Amino acid sequence: MRHIIIAAGLTLWASIAGAYEIEEEAVFEGGEAELSILSTTDTEVFAPLIAAFQASNPGVTLRYTVATSQQVFAALQEDAAFDLAISSAMDLQLKLANDGFAVPHASTETAALPDWARWRDQLFAFSQEPVVIIASKAAFDGKPPRTRAELIDVLRDDPARFVGRIGTYDPMISGAGYLFATQDARQSDTSWRLAEVVGGLNPKLFTTSGSMISEVQSGELALAYNVLGSYASQRLSGGDAVMIEALDFTHVLLRTALIPRTAERADLGATFLDFLLSAEGQQLVENETGMPRINEAALAAGPHLRPIRLDPGLLVFMDPLMRQQFLNEWTAAVVQD
Amino acid sequence: MMTVFSPAGSIRRRLVVILLVVAAVLAGLLFVSVRTVANTAVETTQDAILGAATVAIAEELRGGEDGLTIDIPYAAFSMLGATGQDRVFYRILVGAETVTGYADLPLPDAPLSGLKPTFFSQQYDGDVVRTGAVSRSVLVDGRSQIVTVLVAQTRTAQDAISRQMANQAATLGLGFFAFAAILSIFTARSVLTPLNRLAEAMGRRGPQDLRPVDRAVPTELAPLMQALNGFIARLRGALTRTETFITEAAHHVRTPLATVRVQAEIAMRQTDDDALRATLRNIIRAVDDSARSAGQLLDHATVVYRADQRADELVALGPLVLDVVDSFSPTADMRDIALRVDAPDEVIALQFDRLLIESALRNLIDNAVKYSYADSIVDVQLSTDGTFAKLQVLDRGRGIGDGNSVQLVARFKRGENVGDVVGSGLGLTIVRDVTRAIGGSFDIKERQGGGTCAILLLPLA
Repeated sequence: MRHIIIAAGLTLWASIAGAYEIEEEAVFEGGEAELSILSTTDTEVFAPLIAAFQASNPGVTLRYTVATSQQVFAALQEDAAFDLAISSAMDLQLKLANDGFAVPHASTETAALPDWARWRDQLFAFSQEPVVIIASKAAFDGKPPRTRAELIDVLRDDPARFVGRIGTYDPMISGAGYLFATQDARQSDTSWRLAEVVGGLNPKLFTTSGSMISEVQSGELALAYNVLGSYASQRLSGGDAVMIEALDFTHVLLRTALIPRTAERADLGATFLDFLLSAEGQQLVENETGMPRINEAALAAGPHLRPIRLDPGLLVFMDPLMRQQFLNEWTAAVVQD
Repeated sequence: MMTVFSPAGSIRRRLVVILLVVAAVLAGLLFVSVRTVANTAVETTQDAILGAATVAIAEELRGGEDGLTIDIPYAAFSMLGATGQDRVFYRILVGAETVTGYADLPLPDAPLSGLKPTFFSQQYDGDVVRTGAVSRSVLVDGRSQIVTVLVAQTRTAQDAISRQMANQAATLGLGFFAFAAILSIFTARSVLTPLNRLAEAMGRRGPQDLRPVDRAVPTELAPLMQALNGFIARLRGALTRTETFITEAAHHVRTPLATVRVQAEIAMRQTDDDALRATLRNIIRAVDDSARSAGQLLDHATVVYRADQRADELVALGPLVLDVVDSFSPTADMRDIALRVDAPDEVIALQFDRLLIESALRNLIDNAVKYSYADSIVDVQLSTDGTFAKLQVLDRGRGIGDGNSVQLVARFKRGENVGDVVGSGLGLTIVRDVTRAIGGSFDIKERQGGGTCAILLLPLA
């Protein structure tokens, strides 16, 4: 049995090295060599993968640090030394890679990835997660909406029922929320109409998918919009809350990894990355973490599924002026005081 | 006796090398021009996209009461680089102040003008980037301000396409070269065919064949043909003159020799002085030998001359052999040498010049008798196998010694064991020349049990 040390709890604490903040740090003792990973994914979710990795790579101690996607971004921009950076914020990751914070890596595993799941031999996706709606069946009389248009109709028909019972990410605080909101905005005008309608219902804003799911399950919320499906699918079974992939379009988030240019053991980072992308790693990702593996066939089977493209378009909403303008508009639409 | 040529290079090789060099140069030019055109096309296309992105951003710039608003169209960046694999940088300035983007992205050297974007390449953040730049005049806070938009992208996609194009151009060039190489080999072969045919025809000629070359040759070979025929004509003239001279000389020598011989015989009969008789006998012998040599010279000249201009007729070999053998009977009788002829009853006929065959037979039998010891037998055997007539002359003489048959038949060459016998060294040469002219073969070798065996194979008519 491996000796696992949880060095810090779920409290926010400032790291000694820089101005970025981490949430948790765990050290999985293995041996002399130390691989340090900075990730947005919770330790317990990743633990089975780490155990499997250490089983095939004995002698490697793994330091696993969890931070929010903004803090992962900030840490790498401050050139903090990590060997692998894993984040669900594709836009932040692409910005890091575009601005030269990642080193290239090529292997048979990366070559096997579909084109849409990597960028420039620097940024690699290892899971694809639909961005879904969680609805309480009871709140919708057993007929939850299947598209955004249907949702708008239902909300307009009976606004009183939903006042204060719609939840979504706060894009000003949450990186994932910002990404989903901007992708929605660029995908269709329906999302702006939806934002207006939701704005009239005094929505509740969240920073994590987990809390939204909990509140739908507890009945506090009738509907949570833009929730990461991977979190939901694990927790919803048989209850009142159901997961809906909107049929007009459902974004698919790619969880990505890159090797920072400051990596002290870039080789170990690459080894872990290749493990994540290998058939064994992908199987573990899907079975043990609940995050769907990279699967082109699954995308082809669901015509409504739109993977968010890993391309420089993601940089547009990273622009501070663009961000400010977008948030202003979003606030004007959703936060109607 | 052929002179061995050491050829100074090969026309075909030279031709092939020149054609290959030309093909290589053309293939190289093809490669370079295809690459240049392809690169220009790729760069133009990429610039067009970059320009569209730059302009799209510039179009969305709005002035207003509360400063500049920008709206970067999502597609503007998304479409950059056909594969989306290029890094993208941008910078938006109002006047000289950067309002957003990468503040250290270099500006163009020359001031921007007009509505069209300007493009330039430079180094940025470790990569070569292609930058599109455009400027607009925008009303900000009621004042007209120059707003500049720069969009830069790395050249990964462009380089990838260029590499692919280069590979295709290289394949094209190599293919062209291979094709040209094969063509050049065929060309060289085709061009040299008339020359090869001429050389082959000349090579097939017998050694005595001095007829003018009468072949249809390409214009370029006409001077060579004229020179060759002129040379052949001069050679024939020279040979004819030589043979005529030898004939004349032999003739002029033989006549006085005959007179000397007759006078010596008369003198011998008229004297009783033994010493004088012995002297006279020596004189007669010497005269005989001289006459024989002169005869052989004459024969040889005849053979050389007639081999060229033969009077072919059907010759029955059996009777001819008998006639020649008969003519040697007196000489053989003097030394008690028996001449035995063994010829079949059937008619063995050759289509050839009778005089030439006779002269060859005479020389063979003359040799056999001359080199036989007294009181021995010379066998002349005639036979046929249906294709060739085989004539063997066998003696029990001194043999051919150590000299080989090739040396013996050379003109004026004699065996090393015949110093005591007078001879000119022309006999076997005559035999060989005749055999060659008729297309047969001649061999002379040691006979088993001592002596010489001469074998003549002559094709039947």
